[in-house]
Amino acid sequence: MHRNARRPGPTLTRRRFVAGLGAAAAASLLGPRAARAAYALKSPGEATVPVTTAYDLVVARGTTDVSGAVTAANTINGGTPGPTLRWREGSVVTLNVRNEMPEVTGLHWHGIILPNDMDGVPGLEFAGIAPGESYQYRFPVLQSGTYWYHSHMGYQEQKGLYGALIIDPAGRDFVEVDRDYVVMLSDWTDEDPEDIQNKTKYQSDYYNFGKRTVTSFFADVERSGLAPVMKERFHENGSRMDPSGLEAPSGDTYTYLMNGLPPDRNWTALFRPGERVRLRFINASAATYYDVRIPGLDMRVVNVHGNDVVPVAVDQFRIGVAETYDVVVRPTADRAFTIYAEDLGRSGFARGTLAPRDGMQAEIPAHDPRPLRSMADMGMQGMMGKDQIGASYPDGSRIGGIMGERSAEVTGKRNLGKLAGRQPVAKLPDGVALDDTGVEVQMAPKTITDRTRTPGDGLNFLPRRELSFSDLRSVLPAVDDRPPTRTITLKLTGNMQRMIWGFDGKKYTEVAPIDVTVGERFRLVMINETMMTHPIHLHGMWMELENGQGRHRPYLHTLSVQPSERLSALVTPVATGQWPLHCHILYHFEAGMFRTVRVLPREA
Amino acid sequence: MRRLALLLALVPAAGPALAQGLPSLPVFLNGPAHLDTGNTLGGAAPYGNPVADDRRYANVFFDQFEGRLANGSYFRWDGQGWVGDDFNKLWLKTEGRYNADGRGLVSDGDHELLYDRPVSTYFDVQAGVRSDIDSLRNRTWAAFGVQGLSWGFWNLELTGYASDGGHFAFRSNASYDLYITQRLVLQPQMEANVYSKADRGRELGSGLSDIDSGLRLRYEFTREFAPYVGVAYQRFFGGTADYRRRAGEDAGDLRALTGLRFWF
Repeated sequence: MHRNARRPGPTLTRRRFVAGLGAAAAASLLGPRAARAAYALKSPGEATVPVTTAYDLVVARGTTDVSGAVTAANTINGGTPGPTLRWREGSVVTLNVRNEMPEVTGLHWHGIILPNDMDGVPGLEFAGIAPGESYQYRFPVLQSGTYWYHSHMGYQEQKGLYGALIIDPAGRDFVEVDRDYVVMLSDWTDEDPEDIQNKTKYQSDYYNFGKRTVTSFFADVERSGLAPVMKERFHENGSRMDPSGLEAPSGDTYTYLMNGLPPDRNWTALFRPGERVRLRFINASAATYYDVRIPGLDMRVVNVHGNDVVPVAVDQFRIGVAETYDVVVRPTADRAFTIYAEDLGRSGFARGTLAPRDGMQAEIPAHDPRPLRSMADMGMQGMMGKDQIGASYPDGSRIGGIMGERSAEVTGKRNLGKLAGRQPVAKLPDGVALDDTGVEVQMAPKTITDRTRTPGDGLNFLPRRELSFSDLRSVLPAVDDRPPTRTITLKLTGNMQRMIWGFDGKKYTEVAPIDVTVGERFRLVMINETMMTHPIHLHGMWMELENGQGRHRPYLHTLSVQPSERLSALVTPVATGQWPLHCHILYHFEAGMFRTVRVLPREA
Repeated sequence: MRRLALLLALVPAAGPALAQGLPSLPVFLNGPAHLDTGNTLGGAAPYGNPVADDRRYANVFFDQFEGRLANGSYFRWDGQGWVGDDFNKLWLKTEGRYNADGRGLVSDGDHELLYDRPVSTYFDVQAGVRSDIDSLRNRTWAAFGVQGLSWGFWNLELTGYASDGGHFAFRSNASYDLYITQRLVLQPQMEANVYSKADRGRELGSGLSDIDSGLRLRYEFTREFAPYVGVAYQRFFGGTADYRRRAGEDAGDLRALTGLRFWF
C-alpha cells in the first residue's frame, strides 16, 4: 500500500489513498507532500482532496504521537484528524460510519442544514452508533463552504474524532484563487479528558499559569498608585473572580495542532509569488480560542462559517471554537511566511508555513500580551475608569494602568473607543431581568455592553487591523425578510468555581426544551453573564447576526459571545426535530451549557 | 447557498424532487420520515441525555500531611474527601496527630461524616456527625456547618457541634493562598476550637480551647503534588492549657514543619 501510494502515475490512486486514510496517518507515512495533499483543495501540480459522494468512515481506537509520546487516540480511518471530506453542493452524500470503539459514538456535521436524525447527536437526535454497529448518514447537500465534522459523544472529539468538511459550490465560486488549502486548528492532550473535567471541578484554576501574583500587585501599584489597585483588588476579593482566568485547559496540557501537526512538524502550504491563496481556517479545538496572523501578509476575510462576505482586510483575527474563517492572501515575495495561531491565554501556539518550497520556514513571532479581563467584562464598566485595557504585561500587571490612565499612550487617543472598558451600553429585552447570583450563577453584571465593534480582550489595543463582528457583511442579502414575531432570550450563566455551566442559571438536565415552530421567525438574544467568551452553536438552522449590516447580515452557525455582552440574531427554523443549542467549549457543554431547541411541525 | 434550504422549507410541498430517489426537500427536512424514528417531539429525551452534566465526582485532598519538628516531634494530618454530584455530596473530614514519643499514640483525632449541599455561589452547608476517635476518651457529636470560599479568597470552614450531654463546641478553619510566583505559594492558615463545657476525658477546658496556626510555603510541581516547609504555632487556653501544664508541656508551642500537600 505504501509503495502504491508513492508510485508516480495517475493521481487518482494517491488521491483515493489519501482521502481514505486518516489525514495525520497519511502525513506521518508520506511526508510533507501528503500532509499537504490531505488538506489541499487546489494546488497545481500536486494531489488534492477529491470531491466524493460516498464515504466509508471507520471510527476506532488507535494512537498518535503529536505530543512527542505515543498515546491512545480515537481515530477515523486509522488516523487523527479524520480525512478531509469534500462534497459538492446539490449532490446527495452517503456516509457509512462504522464504530469499532468500545463505546457509543455519533459523528456530527457542524453547520450543515439537514434532517434531524442525520445530525448525529447521540442521546438527543438518535440513539448513537453502538460498538460494532454502523449507521448510514444520507442527505442532500444544500449549501457550500468550509465546515468540519466531529464526534458529538462525550469527550471523544478531544481525543481525535474530528476532520475538515469542504463543500464546493454548485456554480462559480465567488472567490477566485490560484491555490486553496484547509488550515485546521485543534488542541491535543495526552490526558484523559474526563480527568481534565475532574481537575477543573476540584480546582477551577488548575490550568491557569498566568495568575496575578505578588509581583503583579507591586508592578500595578508602581504604575497606577495604591488607591486604584486596592479598589480593583477589593472588587476582585468580593466577586471572587480572577480576571486572569481565560481558558481551561491551557498549553499546560495542550499541544496545539495545525492540520494535525504540532509546531515542530511545520505543516507547509505552497505558493508561487504573486498567486492568490485561499486559506480556510477551521477551529476544530475542544476548548481553545486562537488569535491568527501571518506576519508580513495582508489577509482578506472572504467567507465566514461557509458563507461569502464582502472581503475585509485584516492583520489578525480571533477564531472561536468551532468557527471557520476563509482568508485570501497574496504573497509576492519569494520567501516563507509563518501561519501563526496562539491560544487566548498565550500558553502555546499552532504554527505552519506558507512557502514557495518545502523545507522552508520563517521567524515564529513572540507571544502577544496576555488578555486580562476588564471591569467591563465583569459587568462593571466605568467602575475603574473608561479606558481600561483588557491585557497584561508578562509580570501580570495591567497594560495602560488600572484606571486606564495610560491607555492613550498605548493606543493613541483616536483608538480609545475600541477598548474593552469603553463599549456602548446595551439594553435588555422587555421583561428580561438578569439573574441573581447563586449556586449556578457566579456573576450578576450591572452593565451589559454591545461588543460587535470590538475584537475582544487582548486584541483591541494592538496596532493591527483586527476583525470584529460589525465588519462582517454578507455578499448575498438575507433570504427571510419577515420581521421576528417574538424574542427568545438566553442568558449565558455559570459558576467557574464549581465548574457548573448553563443557560438562565440552569444546567441541561434541570430544564425543559425551548419550543419553536418550523418556519417561524424569531429573534434570539444572548446575554453573557459570565467573564468567559462562549461560542454558542445552534444546530440545524442559521443564526443571522444583527451586526448593523441590515439585509446583508452574516449567516453564522456559532456565535462567540464576549463577557457581559448582549448580541442578537434572527433565526428561522427550517427542519423539525430536537436541535442542540450549546456552548462549543467541550468542558462547558459537558458541564451543562446545553439546551434543546425543539422545532415543532406547524400543525402541532 | 443556504437560500435553497430556507426557501424550500418555507414553501411546503413546492420543492423539486431530489435526485436518487429522495423525497422533495420540504418533505425530506420536515416530513414524517424523520418524525417517527423514535425521536418524538412530544416526549422528553427518548435516548437519554446528550451530555453528562449530572455525573458523580470523587475528590480527596490533604492540606496538612506533615512532620512538626522540635522536642517531641509529631506527625499531623488534615484531610478531606467527598463523593457526589453538583448538588449532593457525602463529605468526609479527618484530622489528628500521631505522637512518635508522646503520651497518647494518637491525639486531636477529629473525624466527620457529613452531607454537603451548595447553597450559594461559594458556600455549602454540611450536616452530619463528628467522632473524636483517638487514644483519649472518644466522643460523638452532631455537626452542622458551612464551608466555602469567603471574601478575599479565604477558604473558610465554620462548624458547630452538639453532643447528648449538653456539650456544645465550635470550630473554625481558614486559609489563604498567596501566589508569589505561578508555582510558589505562601499559605497562612488558622484553626480554632471552642467548647461549652470542660471535658476531663479529653483533657479540655471550657471556652476557647486552642488555636493551631501555620504559615506554609509550598511549591506546586503539579497542582496535586506540592511539598512545603513552614512553621506552626499552637496555643492552648484556659482549662486546656492547665491540663497541658500538668503534663509538663507549655501553653504555647512553636515548631518548624515540613510536609506534602496533595490531592487526587
